[in-house]
Amino acid sequence: MSVVSNTGAPTSDSIAVEPAVTDLPGHTIVLGETEPLELASGQRLGPFTVAYQTYGTLNADKSNAILLCHALTGDQYAAEAHPITGKPGWWDTIIGAGRPIDLDRYFVICINVLGGCMGTAGPKDINPKTGQRFGLDFPIITITDMVAAQKMVIDHLGIDKLFCVTGGSMGAMQVLEWAARYPERVFCAIPIAGAARHSAQNIAFHEVGRQAIMADPNWNGGNYYEQAESPHRGLAVARMAAHITYLSDSALHRKFGRELQDRTDVSYGFDADFQIESYLRHQGSTFVERFDANSYLFITRAMDYFDQAAEHDGVLANAFGDTPVRFCLISFTSDWLFPTAESRQIVHALNAVAASVSFVEIETDAGHDAFLLDEPEFFRILSGFLTGAAELRGLNGDKVAP
Amino acid sequence: MNRVQSPPQIQNRIDLQRVADMIEPGSRVLDIGCGDGALLDYLVHFKQVDGRGIELSQEGVNRSVSLGLAVVQGDAETDLHNYPSDAFDYVILSQTLQSIYDVRGTLDELLRIGRHAIVSFPNLGYWRVRFDLLMHGRSPMSEKLPFIWCDSPNIRFFTLTDFVNLAEDMGLGIDRIVSIDHAGRATPRNGVGLWTNWLAEEAIYLLSRGTSSASAEAPPGER
Repeated sequence: MSVVSNTGAPTSDSIAVEPAVTDLPGHTIVLGETEPLELASGQRLGPFTVAYQTYGTLNADKSNAILLCHALTGDQYAAEAHPITGKPGWWDTIIGAGRPIDLDRYFVICINVLGGCMGTAGPKDINPKTGQRFGLDFPIITITDMVAAQKMVIDHLGIDKLFCVTGGSMGAMQVLEWAARYPERVFCAIPIAGAARHSAQNIAFHEVGRQAIMADPNWNGGNYYEQAESPHRGLAVARMAAHITYLSDSALHRKFGRELQDRTDVSYGFDADFQIESYLRHQGSTFVERFDANSYLFITRAMDYFDQAAEHDGVLANAFGDTPVRFCLISFTSDWLFPTAESRQIVHALNAVAASVSFVEIETDAGHDAFLLDEPEFFRILSGFLTGAAELRGLNGDKVAP
Repeated sequence: MNRVQSPPQIQNRIDLQRVADMIEPGSRVLDIGCGDGALLDYLVHFKQVDGRGIELSQEGVNRSVSLGLAVVQGDAETDLHNYPSDAFDYVILSQTLQSIYDVRGTLDELLRIGRHAIVSFPNLGYWRVRFDLLMHGRSPMSEKLPFIWCDSPNIRFFTLTDFVNLAEDMGLGIDRIVSIDHAGRATPRNGVGLWTNWLAEEAIYLLSRGTSSASAEAPPGER
């Protein structure tokens, strides 16, 4: 981060983002007012707003904080009904009394990523210089930038050292970036179903999603916010294609097979004859209610650009030299989007620097989405690792007073 | 689990307990083939070691990590090269050497990444094993060698004396030898003599780089 003029005003070349007016639950904070965030692209951002949510109570010495990093289409509502869809939070089954992340013991923070659309600065916000929505003029964001913004929030909360940083998929990328960039600020890290770089196949799927959005006439070069119609069809197709990659062949077969939807015979047409078609259409149409198409472009791009080894002379181990962080990596057997081999590469890099690392591959047919599902073995591992780490951090026994 | 109240002994595993006895408190330990993490869990909680483990079986890894141990799924023969030299004070290879293809290479790796290696293995020279082969003409099976020959993961059959000779040949130091007999009695040995090689059902060797005191007494006819 660069030091700018000490006049208290952002430099003229920094990109300000007007705070969005929302009635979403949770907290917001304006960052980069005196010192803009220098992005990987070289642009400067500030002031900008970050929205976050917390659960549980921060203890007196601020040592029980767990930062959850959400995935591509996730948000800060990890453990409560989603304010737009009303569905349970994405890690509702993991957070709470008696669950792996016990709120009697831990304080949980979840921050909407930079470029997102749930209160943190993103392409749908207004550029005060033009009075218009940013759209594609929003600066390109990287995983490093997301993590740098999160660190500003953690600084603001006065937390010197997070007890744990965890998350799945793109969340795992952020976890790895936290451990690499700010090792002294993290006691333990649990990257789940992640990778230290986005693979060619994954970039390819993202490109299909982006092209689907851009091919929607309503996308209009990203300037659709004042139109009656948003590029919902393109975004829905992007979501449908992506959703397939989150599952597995055997899970799809188990759940849907070739079963027909509300009919006894095929229609000899292009209706959603099959249950899987109906399911995907439903996934697409509900997704567009809560997600901004341009945000989808920016966040998928951030994942594509992620390559930790490349930032360290091509040697992943160099990202973690002498790390004091205790790692626990978790992968799932049927995950072909972020396969076990990706986690194993990280484990090998961590072994090379003699880091403390646990690594578990969970047997499941649920695919990449397994990290969001009720997988008892996964819960046991998460709970066991956290309890062991909490013992070392001196967190056991002292439940936080409400 | 209330670890404070559990007895400071590893349940039903005299061999692991004897391995644990060789380890200095507070040291850095890598347990290769750590199983369900029983030894590592003991070392972390009662000897305050900085402990890591490698285990081939997924079930063992999962159980270890559930205990809060730093264990990764991996293979002793393929994954050790990832670790830097001198990363550990002790590298433990319990009851695994007999199933390893590249024995010399693996021993070299143990003593590259660790200052000491602790190796335990079943003794083919144990008298019941010899008797079995002599009298019945069958490949020996015992509590410590429980597999029928065609299904056994064990591909190396060697005795306490064989191992001493290999260590000498490789220029490794043998700092301690503990033999364990059928009744589970562990006996420290200064070297491996004729009787030790008859009576030990298994043995534990503490190895270091370079030569040291303990050696084979080279019983006639056993070399």
